[in-house]
Amino acid sequence: MSVQMGVKAKQYQTFIKGRQPGRPWFRNSARAFLSGGAICLVGQGVEELFVHVFHYTEKVASNPTVAVMVMLSVIFTGFGIYDKFAQWAGAGSAVPVTGFANAVASAALEHKTEGYVMGVGTNMFKVAGPVIVFGVVSAFVVGLIKYVLTMGS
Amino acid sequence: MLIGKQTWAFQNAPRVLATGTAVSQKEGKGPLGKDFDLIYKDPYVGQSSWEKAERKLLEQAEEKAVEKAGVTMEDVSVTISGDLLPQNITSNFAARTEGRPLLGVFSACATSMQAVALASLLVDTKAATYALAAASSHNSTAERVFRYPTEYGAQKPPTAHYTVTGAGAALIGLGATGPVITHATIGKVNDFGVQNPWEMGAAMAPAAVDTIVQHLDDTGRKVSDYDLIITGDLARVGLPIAQELLTQRGIDPAGRFTDCGILLFTPDEPDVFSGGSGPGCCACVTFGHLLRRVAQGELKRILVVATGALLSPISSQQNETIPCIAHAVSFEYRG
Repeated sequence: MSVQMGVKAKQYQTFIKGRQPGRPWFRNSARAFLSGGAICLVGQGVEELFVHVFHYTEKVASNPTVAVMVMLSVIFTGFGIYDKFAQWAGAGSAVPVTGFANAVASAALEHKTEGYVMGVGTNMFKVAGPVIVFGVVSAFVVGLIKYVLTMGS
Repeated sequence: MLIGKQTWAFQNAPRVLATGTAVSQKEGKGPLGKDFDLIYKDPYVGQSSWEKAERKLLEQAEEKAVEKAGVTMEDVSVTISGDLLPQNITSNFAARTEGRPLLGVFSACATSMQAVALASLLVDTKAATYALAAASSHNSTAERVFRYPTEYGAQKPPTAHYTVTGAGAALIGLGATGPVITHATIGKVNDFGVQNPWEMGAAMAPAAVDTIVQHLDDTGRKVSDYDLIITGDLARVGLPIAQELLTQRGIDPAGRFTDCGILLFTPDEPDVFSGGSGPGCCACVTFGHLLRRVAQGELKRILVVATGALLSPISSQQNETIPCIAHAVSFEYRG
C-alpha cells in the first residue's frame, strides 16, 4: 500500500466512526443476562427433577442434567430454532453448555453433505474446537500453578 | 470503444432482450416479490444440498431468460457467470447442465455488472450473437464459506448484511426491444483500511464513489442525467456514507440514489440487518425489478453500480483489510 493510501485509509477510519450503528451493548447485556439465567433455571429444574423424582444424589444428578440440556440444544439446533434464539440472546445462549452443543451440532449438520467421515467427522469441532484446546491448555496451566504453590505442604 | 479512462461506450446498442430471476421465499415476500419470475418456498429448491440449490436457482434463471427472449439455449453464444463459492462451482456446474460456452468471472457481489459489461462488449463487437450474463448467491452456501455453519448461534451486529438467496440472468443481444446498454465503467480496486468483515457497507462505499465519479468524468454526464443511480449492496450503512463522500467530491445525488440491498427487503425486516448482499442481490434487483421499469419507460436512464468486497475467509483471518471494487453499467430506455 502506498504512503498516500495509508493516509487516506486513516482519514477514512476517522470519517466512518459514528457513521455506523454500534452494537447495542446495554440491550445485548440485558438480554444475555435474562436468557442465560433462564437456560440455567431450566437446567436447575431438570437437576431437581433427577434429585427428587429419580432419587439421584445431588452430586450425580449433574451428569444426566447436562445430557438433557445438550439434547435439548441439539434438537432446537436441528429444527433451526437455536440460531434465531441466539441472535436475540447473544452471550446468554453461547455461554451455557447448550451453546457448546449448538456449536458442535450445527457444524455436524452443515457438513453432512460431505459424508460422515470427511464431512461430519472432520468438521464437527470446527467451531467448538478452540474451546476444547484452550480449555485443556488453561486447565494445565492452572494445575501447574496449584502444584507449585502446594509443593511445600 | 474506450472513452476517458475506464469507460466503454457501446456503438451498436446491445440490449437486454430478456431477464430471468429465481429467488427464495424471503426475497419473494419482500417489496419486489412480484417482479421475480420464480419464487421457491423450499430453501433447498428440491435438491439435496445448499450448493445444488444455488445451482438450480442459477439454471432456472438462465433458462427463464432464454425462454422469455423467445430463443433456445442452443442460440446462446457464450455465458458469462459468477458466484461466491470457491472455484465458482455454481456457475461452472450450471454451465455443465446448459452445455453452452462459459466465461466464469468473479468480483464478489459486483459480479453481475462485470458479467453484463463483458457480455455487452462481446455482443457489441459481434464476438457473440446472444450472450447470457448471470450471477447467483445462496444465503446458506455463503454463510458456510464466509461465516459459520447455518444453524450456529452467533449474534450478528447491526452493520451485518444478509446474503441474498437468488439468481438472475440477462440475455444480451442486438434487437429491437429492451433496455439499451450504453456504457460500462470498470472499477479499480479500492482499499480504505476497513478490516471488519461485518462492516462491508463502509468498506465498499469508497469503491462505489470512485467508480461513479470516474463514470461521470469519462462520459461527461451529470447525476441529473440519470433517473436513478443504484448501488449493489452498500445497504443502509454504506449508502449514506457513499452519499456523503460523493457530496464531498461536489456531486449531490440526493433523491436519485438508492441501493439494491435496501430495495429488496422491507425496512422492518429484522433478519437482514443493514440489508441484502451477494452477487444474487444486485442481479435479482437489477434484472427483475429495475430493468423491468426501464423496459416500460418508467425510468429513462439508470446507472447500476454493483459493489463487491474482495475478501476471502483466509485473508480476513490473517487480519488483512478488505479490498473492494465497483463496476457500473448504464441502461437506457429506447422505445
